[in-house]
Amino acid sequence: MRILLMGNPNVGKSVIFSRLTGVRVIASNYPGTTVSYTRGFMKLGDDRAEVIDVPGTYTLEPTCEAEEVALRMLDSGDVVISVVNATNLERNLYLTLQLLERNIPVIVALNMWDDTRHQGINIDVDRLRDILGVPVIPTVAITGEGIKELGEDLPKAVSPDTLARSRDERWAAVGHIIEQVQRVSHRHHTWLERLADASVHPFSGGIIALTVLAGAFLVVRFISESLIGYMFNPLFTNLWTPVLTRLSELMGSRGFFHDILIGKLITGEVDFVQSFGLLSSGLYVPFAMVLPYIISFYLVLGLLEDTGYLPRLAVLMDTIMHRVGLHGYAIIPTLLGFGCNVPAVLATRILESQRERFIAATLISVAIPCAALQAMIFGLVGERGWEYVAIVYGTLFAVWIFLGVILHQAVRGFTPELLIEIPPYRLPPWRAGLQKLWMRTYGFLIEAVPIILGAILVINVLYFLGIFEAIADFTAPVVTGFLGLPKEAVIALVIGFLRKDVAVGMLAPLALTAGQLVVGSVVLAMFFPCIAAFVVLLRELGVVNMLKSAGIMIAAALIVGGLLNLVL
Amino acid sequence: MQIKNLKDLRPGESGRIAQINGGHGMVNRLAALDIRPGRRITKLSSGFMRGPVTIEIDRTQVAIGFGMAKRILVEAEDTIR
Repeated sequence: MRILLMGNPNVGKSVIFSRLTGVRVIASNYPGTTVSYTRGFMKLGDDRAEVIDVPGTYTLEPTCEAEEVALRMLDSGDVVISVVNATNLERNLYLTLQLLERNIPVIVALNMWDDTRHQGINIDVDRLRDILGVPVIPTVAITGEGIKELGEDLPKAVSPDTLARSRDERWAAVGHIIEQVQRVSHRHHTWLERLADASVHPFSGGIIALTVLAGAFLVVRFISESLIGYMFNPLFTNLWTPVLTRLSELMGSRGFFHDILIGKLITGEVDFVQSFGLLSSGLYVPFAMVLPYIISFYLVLGLLEDTGYLPRLAVLMDTIMHRVGLHGYAIIPTLLGFGCNVPAVLATRILESQRERFIAATLISVAIPCAALQAMIFGLVGERGWEYVAIVYGTLFAVWIFLGVILHQAVRGFTPELLIEIPPYRLPPWRAGLQKLWMRTYGFLIEAVPIILGAILVINVLYFLGIFEAIADFTAPVVTGFLGLPKEAVIALVIGFLRKDVAVGMLAPLALTAGQLVVGSVVLAMFFPCIAAFVVLLRELGVVNMLKSAGIMIAAALIVGGLLNLVL
Repeated sequence: MQIKNLKDLRPGESGRIAQINGGHGMVNRLAALDIRPGRRITKLSSGFMRGPVTIEIDRTQVAIGFGMAKRILVEAEDTIR
């Protein structure tokens, strides 16, 4: 049994999904596309049914790839829960009518039912049920109201005999239904709505945006540094260091296997950042340096997503984004990029044209550092003084603007217009929010930890074989002469292809000046995407555009690195 | 009664959409959000420097890019002052 949750974007589908299913949910990509969806399981009587959270869609006449996927998924389902926003019945019913015309049982969840009361909307549920000919259950997904009834009535879902209509006929039918079931009375604006109006206004909205982004940044740092300082660091130093020290003694404190497992001892002791063994840096870097930032970043991003703030940011940023050949919506993949470039590049799919996707993906790859990289920059560069961290960020921001303006002029085509729904502000649903945070954190651990361990293993073996020295000597003119870094730094650049966080870690034992560390960090951030981002770029852009994009990255990284070397 | 494009409508003014001067793609994208000729809308705000126009339609807010807003003609309601 396969249950599909379908509905317009922003109707609370995901919250209903998390209510119906347990904690164990799986995020997957739809075969042959980059549209991702989540699925999980629920108990239905004595059976287990699969529940799929289908990407939000306004219509079954697809206008974008996500909607095409939604349409294809419809054919594979056994029953559809049509999730409808009760405060906006008119537009939502259009999709419901389209679903009723299909040969699949439908049940309607009239979600956000509590909002209808304070918005002065009165819906005659019994009448609506009679007209549609399928069960209609009022729900409040956030509090869980009506979810039990929804599950119980699921077997009553039916596919009424409804003839296929044309678009105009369907809209006329919607209008007819609304007349019979809905009464709207006058109401007063709530404080959330006043805030909603203020946050798209150019002036007050600008101030709100700066406050929100600065607040988000501070909260991310506060949470992650607390996690590192009070949890992960004490755990590693108090529990893990004694184990490693003992093991190191047992293995004779040096040798090939010792160096691979524990790493080189720094002044006779295990150093979690510099030793570079599988059990030392290999565990410390992902868990104690990067994971706290991943958790806090995605926590804050999830809050911004769930409260409905991001579309407002897109509206405000529209004018600026047009200067770099994008429209306001591109701010969303860009923000995602601060977490990880992989979902960010995937999210460029929400942009309409090939040209926008190329510009957005290239700008993200060049100038947006991921959370793992930022964590290491905070850790290593921040040690030398926050002004250096500011130089790194300032440089990357300048590159983003400058390169964007150039690409806007150079890449042919035009920028389509922004067109988005701005959902009302909502209090974030903590349950669905935590589920999303867990999925993202788990995704990081599953994908990053094996690559980090693999990278450290490869680095140690290549060191042992002396291959790095050959590479370092070969590239010395560029790295030393142009970027002003010691020739060993090239190894970090090469490793940057595997993991950026590990690569910054490799700069640690080189005894760089603060200026050199800034150059190294900026070049690493810009130079080339990590392997995971590289693969999605290749898939999203195609070979030719990927090569162009990579060429831009390398050229920009060398030019900016060289300039920084001259200035610092 | 006066026909103006959405960009020239004043914030707070309401009206019915008279005509959408766009290609098939633009008309479809707008129709998916229930923005069609005959629908009543209220303009909420316009961005500065060619920023997007926000409107309210059936109690939802939609932001429409400046270039698109220029091509949506609205029959403005007479405002009582």
